[in-house]
Amino acid sequence: MLRKFVMGLAMALASLMVHAGEAVPAADDPVLEERVNELGHLLRCLVCQNQTIADSHAELAIDLKNEIREMMVAGKTNQEIIDFMVARYGDFVLYKPQVKSSTWLLWFGPGILLLVGLGALFYKLKRRTRELGAPQLTEEQHRQALELLGQTQGGERK
Amino acid sequence: MTRFIWPLALFLALVGFLAVGLNLNPREVPSPLIDKPAPAFALPVLHAPDQKLSQSDLKGQVWLLNVWASWCVSCRQEHPLLVELAKTGVVPIYGLNYKDERAAGMQWLSEHGDPYTASIMDADGRIGIEYGVYGVPETFLIDKQGVIRHKHIGPITREALEKELLPMVRELNAS
Repeated sequence: MLRKFVMGLAMALASLMVHAGEAVPAADDPVLEERVNELGHLLRCLVCQNQTIADSHAELAIDLKNEIREMMVAGKTNQEIIDFMVARYGDFVLYKPQVKSSTWLLWFGPGILLLVGLGALFYKLKRRTRELGAPQLTEEQHRQALELLGQTQGGERK
Repeated sequence: MTRFIWPLALFLALVGFLAVGLNLNPREVPSPLIDKPAPAFALPVLHAPDQKLSQSDLKGQVWLLNVWASWCVSCRQEHPLLVELAKTGVVPIYGLNYKDERAAGMQWLSEHGDPYTASIMDADGRIGIEYGVYGVPETFLIDKQGVIRHKHIGPITREALEKELLPMVRELNAS
């Protein structure tokens, strides 16, 4: 019994020590952490580039998460924090690019390409059906064709 | 004949785009701080931590702010070039010792040479965030009015120094 108690106490102490080693009191406020995490998913980690700072374990990403946390504690809105990051790291820090004149090609380019492709396809198909649907025969070829088909509709046709 | 020329032209255009894309460096993200005033700092000097240096102390001269750290491997690559540049006296180089320990930083400078007029300590990386630092080394060129005019990301190469930085330094010094 006593041994169990001592063990339990030791483990509790150990867990306290582990906790004390963390730089940031992460579990202090789950609501705040959720907000930090949510905003972290909107920002790109410039060290790893294809990760958000929420997903990244790069040192800069951790620093920026701390920065976000502190700004939130100080009562800054999400938009203010995003503006802060963009002012320092540029538009590239936004994981989802904004829609503005310099990114129109990025956003609408694929749609335009699709439309151009569809247009080309329709044009091609239309020309093809016209070519196939109405073969242009000369008078001579027409007569030969009729002959081959064994139909002599000469009187009606001409 | 034209039916072959069109796909060929499209193909060549695509190859052109890909070739340009391959030669861009995705690590070089343009800084929004160009032509903006250098963010304020007041940080302790590495060799005299009881003294503080701020960006306003440096007004009236063209200067370089080089972000470095003793743990930064690619800093070693550009360091001899910085030492050489410092000897010419063309432009003063100030160091931002980023997220480093004082002893380690001083040790590193005594080993590799100290090109800096002064180095300041950004131990928690706060000023680094203000300057949008994301990959050490980075170098900022700041003019007489305290405005950032150029940012070089990654180690400075001789080519970058002679073709970009030094011509800009001369131009800014002349104005």
